[in-house]
Amino acid sequence: MKQTAHKKRICSKRLCILILVPLTFVFLALFTVNEPIIPAIQLASPVEDHYMQKRQQMVRMIERDVHETSQYLDKEALDPKVLQAIHTVPRHKFVIPETLTEAYRNIPLPIGYGQTISQPYIVAIMTDLLKLSASDTVLEIGTGSGYQAAVLSELVKQVYSIEIVVPLGEQAKQRFKELGYTNITSKIADGYYGWEEYAPFDAIMVTAAASHVPHALIEQLKPGGRMMIPVGSHFMTQQLLLIQKDTDGQIQTRQILPVRFVPLTGEH
Amino acid sequence: MLMKPPLLSLGLISATALAYEILLMRLFSIIQWHHFAYMIITLALLGYGISGTLVSLLQTTLLKPKHRWFHITYPLFLFLFSLSSFGCFFLAQSIPFNPEAIIWDTQQIWNLLGIFLLLSTPFVLAASAICLVFIHYPEQIAKIYSMDLMGAGFGSIAIILMLFFVFPITALLIISLSGLTATLIALQETQQLSIKKTINKNATRTFSFIIVLTGLFYISSFQYWQLNISPYKDLSTTLNIGGTQIIEQKSSPLGLLEIVESPKFPFRHAPGLSLHNSQEPLEQLGLFSDAANMTAITRYPDELEKLSYLDQLTSALPYHLNTINRLLIVGAGGGSDILQARFHKTQNIDAVELNSQIIELLSNQFAAYSGHIYLQDNINIHSGDIRGFLSKKESSNDGNYDLIQISLMDSFNASASGLYALNESYLYTIEALQTYLQHLNPDGYLAISRWVKTPPRDAIKMFMTAITALEQYQIQPAAHHLVLIRGWQTATLLVKKNPFKVSEIEALKQFCQARAFDVVWYPGIKAGETNQYNHFREAYFYQAARALLNDMDSRQQFLQNYKYDVNPASDDKPFFHHFFKWSVFKELISLREQGGLVLVEMGYIVLFVTLLLAIVSSIILILLPLIVFHFRSRAKAEYSLSALDRLQLFIYFFSIGLAFLFIEIAMMQKFILYLYHPIYAIPVILAAFMIFAGLGSAWTKQLLLRFSAQQLLLGAIMGIVFIGVFYSYFLGSFFAMTASYPIIIKIILSLLLIAPLAVCMGMPFPLALGALSVSSSSGSSNTAYIPWAWGINGCASVISAVLASLLAIHFGFNLVIIFGLGLYLLCLITFTMPGAHALS
Repeated sequence: MKQTAHKKRICSKRLCILILVPLTFVFLALFTVNEPIIPAIQLASPVEDHYMQKRQQMVRMIERDVHETSQYLDKEALDPKVLQAIHTVPRHKFVIPETLTEAYRNIPLPIGYGQTISQPYIVAIMTDLLKLSASDTVLEIGTGSGYQAAVLSELVKQVYSIEIVVPLGEQAKQRFKELGYTNITSKIADGYYGWEEYAPFDAIMVTAAASHVPHALIEQLKPGGRMMIPVGSHFMTQQLLLIQKDTDGQIQTRQILPVRFVPLTGEH
Repeated sequence: MLMKPPLLSLGLISATALAYEILLMRLFSIIQWHHFAYMIITLALLGYGISGTLVSLLQTTLLKPKHRWFHITYPLFLFLFSLSSFGCFFLAQSIPFNPEAIIWDTQQIWNLLGIFLLLSTPFVLAASAICLVFIHYPEQIAKIYSMDLMGAGFGSIAIILMLFFVFPITALLIISLSGLTATLIALQETQQLSIKKTINKNATRTFSFIIVLTGLFYISSFQYWQLNISPYKDLSTTLNIGGTQIIEQKSSPLGLLEIVESPKFPFRHAPGLSLHNSQEPLEQLGLFSDAANMTAITRYPDELEKLSYLDQLTSALPYHLNTINRLLIVGAGGGSDILQARFHKTQNIDAVELNSQIIELLSNQFAAYSGHIYLQDNINIHSGDIRGFLSKKESSNDGNYDLIQISLMDSFNASASGLYALNESYLYTIEALQTYLQHLNPDGYLAISRWVKTPPRDAIKMFMTAITALEQYQIQPAAHHLVLIRGWQTATLLVKKNPFKVSEIEALKQFCQARAFDVVWYPGIKAGETNQYNHFREAYFYQAARALLNDMDSRQQFLQNYKYDVNPASDDKPFFHHFFKWSVFKELISLREQGGLVLVEMGYIVLFVTLLLAIVSSIILILLPLIVFHFRSRAKAEYSLSALDRLQLFIYFFSIGLAFLFIEIAMMQKFILYLYHPIYAIPVILAAFMIFAGLGSAWTKQLLLRFSAQQLLLGAIMGIVFIGVFYSYFLGSFFAMTASYPIIIKIILSLLLIAPLAVCMGMPFPLALGALSVSSSSGSSNTAYIPWAWGINGCASVISAVLASLLAIHFGFNLVIIFGLGLYLLCLITFTMPGAHALS
């Protein structure tokens, strides 16, 4: 009798261990490996909090990096409004599910169709260099994921965005609708001719690959306006081309290296 | 047991493995990028090293006694080679690998490792099969090695020829089938080896049946074989745009050409266009090479006026300085330089294009589209290398071209990220520039356009090369003979034999002002005139030009202080695209968070990392068998060499592996400059080296009847050293003397020159391997060490190929030859060293 009771106790102990241990592992795994899953099942706000926190970290990192590069960008720090915009836009809503956990790392990410969502640091610098104000209208060539347009939309009155790849354009349109970006208008078309209907623009951002700067875009830039063209591969921005149209309509360009680096040391 | 070794299947598998190596390089250049293809394939060749280890392990464990298993393992390895040659490639290409993300995404490193392991498998299998033959027929090593080399030689020629006629994917099918054929032959050749003949007959029949079925499977599944091109390559992203489609494909060993039409969204390819240009480029077709590097074929307009946008490029400058009647275009490509010349009413045009398939496309299918530009009366189109073309022309003191135009030939992205660092280019060397100058009339221009990068690199290196070329040509001061202008995208350098005139400089200023181009240098320029339209933080270009032209001190100081290597490229160090400086690497790495990595020249880093990985893997592969042998008590009887003997063995086989490829690669560079066309030069020279070395190896058997191994080795190595030194000094002048001979005569002369050197180079390896198998005075032979020696040689060959490029970048190819000769001398000393008895 005593023995069977003892056996039973051992059995139930074993059963408890067998059930509890895997459960603990599952929970641990869910908490550590894939953070978003647990909050998503429970409440919405902790998720947002979690992302907000990560976004905050990313913004701080960008701030620090820009500060170090400041001398080469001819400024001490980024416009706080630009940083605020990056802080507001939920980058995780613009990436593909496979890269969700990477959404707030300061790196470019693939979005399918051979296209990418730019490195936040570069997005911040490019946006800042456009010197935008709240009443501006901006044209973007190359919507991609729509992240850049969303950042712009936080800073200006109206953003017009053109994408050439049909599925990307449709996804972005849907995304803008879902996230409530009412001041972004997008279409699927050839960006070479700009968007005559809404021209002229205070600023133009060309994130699509182009072998030269289309004349129509220069035409559709307001006097005093700025155009930004990042040059490089899909993942690596080699340099930024900033085109400025002065009040007389004269064009000047600046070649900007978004890195703290001078090619020459010594006496020259 | 003494039978004939399975030479036919061995030769075929050697040929197939080498062809497979070259084909993999092609395939990965298409689906990935050239420099990563280089890295992956080089590392996969470590399979030869792995095979030594594998066979060592097998023969101490599974395959005892080894004679009983050979007739099974040998064909089996060949069969597995065939299976893996296609299977591993398709598995490897299905691994998503994005080289750019490797910096922040650790997953990519695992992906790369996976690709490397998969691709090395076929080489492990082929090399193991060869190694098995070595240990099974130790008396006939010279013959076997000879067959191995000759097979490889023929394989290299076969694959190059094949790639002219079939697409790379079809070539893969042919190679897999060739592996099966080798297996069938091997089965026949080894059948008589079995002890139980009847059982073996049935087994052979079944095995043959399986092989035939596999072959049928390859053929029937072929229609589903497809290349999985990286989504980030230009061709892939272009095909995502609605309405685009590939309308023509051409394969050649130079690359896969694909023509794409995009009726909905025109291409409008015109890099370097002025911001003031208001005219849209004309309708175009995209011409992609290896799924990247797009250039355009432009639809010929009804009126030449419509080409006016081509006058808005920096490369249009010479047409505004003087009348251009006789023009030479280097790299005619899709024909936009010809159109530009047509717009400026230049009548007499010579155009040179390396890739004959482009000429073929524009002369046939797309002749009407492109307005028959290659077929017009006053245009002479030549297929081949520019320097080969010029060497055939009469070189009087003054040539007769008004303009030699060398435009952009590489894409910005590949160029900007330094992917071409390893590519030798004889287009932009000091000697090349002097040749161009020679063919210009005194008032003619040499115009070279390059990409403008931030910070500047190419244009400055080009400028420095021109200065050096002028100075060596005794045209001084160089400052009076140079002009450099830039837009935001491209820079154009003009070099002239007579000084630039005031009228030319006036025209230059007008040209630049009208197009918002900046002047960087013209004789008499002032600092205030520079960096006006397209601002850099500082007038980097002008500062560079000034420093380089000022005096020797300031030039040296600039070259030293500038963070990119802008020393001119020469024929001995033909690495124009190499800008990397180690002194700056640390700074860039510390800036990695702030985008600093984009400034690291990836080509060089890839080369360096490849070397490191090859060395680390080699150490493991070479040490592993040693550890295993000497800890296995039962193997001890066979592995009886002392530590010193093993060291001697190691040094000998490692040095031979290094030296053979050092000499081969460096000589290849010399002959490329002689034959000029890499398509002919590389396979001819590669094959010549291997076939003649094979003959040398076969010859040792006869020679050993009359001489001792020591005498023979002494003769062979002294021969190599003597010929090597002689060639280093006299090859140049011999080439100059015979430069204008017809190509076929030049090829024959090349073969005659390579033959004695290669025959000698084929001897040291089989001599030493043979010595291992000969019973020594104590009665034991060291046959068990053969796989080890084979593995060492395999590892050394891989390291050698990478190291040769690295040494050439820093010290030039001549020094690589000297290193090679030194290593051969080291072999000689090792072989004849008293006291040690492993080889003697």
